[in-house]
Amino acid sequence: MIAIVDYGVGNLFSLLCSFKYIGYDAEVTGDPDRVLSADKIVLPGVGAFGDAADKLHKNGLDKAVCGAASKGIPLLGICLGMQLLFDWGEEFGLHKGLGLIPGRVVSMRPVVPIGLKLPQIGWNGLHFVAAHPLFKYVRGGDQVYFVHSFHAADCEENLLATTEYGGIITAAVGKANVMGCQFHPEKSGKVGLKILKAFAETEDWPC
Amino acid sequence: MISKRIIPCLDVRDGRVVKGVRFGDLKDVSSPAELAAFYSDCGADELVFYDITASAENRSLFTECLIETASKVFIPLTVGGGINSLEDFDRVLKCGADKVSVNSCAVRNPGLIDEAARLYGSQCVVLSADVKRVNGSYHVFVRGGREDTGLDALSWIKEGIDRGAGEIVLNSMDTDGVKQGFDLPLLSAVCAFSTVPVIASGGAGCAQDFVTLFSECPKVDAGLAASIFHFGEVTISEVKQLMKNNGIPVREVV
Repeated sequence: MIAIVDYGVGNLFSLLCSFKYIGYDAEVTGDPDRVLSADKIVLPGVGAFGDAADKLHKNGLDKAVCGAASKGIPLLGICLGMQLLFDWGEEFGLHKGLGLIPGRVVSMRPVVPIGLKLPQIGWNGLHFVAAHPLFKYVRGGDQVYFVHSFHAADCEENLLATTEYGGIITAAVGKANVMGCQFHPEKSGKVGLKILKAFAETEDWPC
Repeated sequence: MISKRIIPCLDVRDGRVVKGVRFGDLKDVSSPAELAAFYSDCGADELVFYDITASAENRSLFTECLIETASKVFIPLTVGGGINSLEDFDRVLKCGADKVSVNSCAVRNPGLIDEAARLYGSQCVVLSADVKRVNGSYHVFVRGGREDTGLDALSWIKEGIDRGAGEIVLNSMDTDGVKQGFDLPLLSAVCAFSTVPVIASGGAGCAQDFVTLFSECPKVDAGLAASIFHFGEVTISEVKQLMKNNGIPVREVV
């Protein structure tokens, strides 16, 4: 069973439907025990970093997600859920993340020239930096749907993919069984479904 | 580089698409979910569902069709029409909508933009404005274009952005239905100050109109159209091919 972590933020319905559509059993849950006993975990999220980190903590879900990750359960963070995997977030003050991937989440503004709008909203191409099973069915240049003003920095070691929006933006990261997409695979049409399929079916993740 | 988006808009009444839709093998499709899937396969970058159900009793038919669509179509969905409160936001977001567009109700109660943006994030709140020239200035109209509010459109849109709207759908009543191209002067005026994406609506008559739109107003992020796509006068892939030929970034249909 794939557990979609429910802590009160984000469009979980589409994510649930995506997995069903590609033939995998998924469940929306806010129960830490269900998260710990899942085969795979998806951490979704939209909104602000600090608020989401608080909500995750309040339900004991931060411990469950970290515990599951340390047991080797594959974990996929999406959008804000990906950002929460890092050490720190700098949105509206400094907030502690889950610390599963080294790095911090910063405003894109220093990279994105004035005149380009933030948030980045829309379809943009993926440029792969490292090969990874999560992207075994997609090709460089395939487009996915982004909605964000912040992105991960100082994460070169675990960088999997970038996109170009006035500058180089972090699009995906991965460290052993923990991975994250800044974009929304559940809103990225066929390309997105291929990424979710790869996540759902892969058993061996890089060490 | 980010792609310019092409967005078909579907009017839905009592859970069915209004206006017979005719093209190719799909004859008179009235199921919103079926049509949404068709457009998604053809390369639509996003879909707008506009609920024109008149009676509150039949509103549930719309949410049913939204659920059916969201369970089959995995591109962003925006819902407009019948949105008057945070409860309405909640109702459609739970059914799989990603963004909610507000129009008349935001004019009556601008605070709804602030509240919705705070609760769901700006990315979720789309301000849709029906604009028409009156005595040399741009006025905001409400109630489906029947009532002139007298509000200056440019200041109203600025206010909407300040209150937290994350995208603007700019519908020109002067060009709507005329099929002679988008309202470039109005779009340029709004793009001059908008810090959020602007979606052009009203006036598309052929594929070239989209090329002209993005060439003349490079700050416009997306083009929205209804009837030309529904009646098969132009296909989304034709529009995208022509845009690509003209060096405009598009998401290619896979």
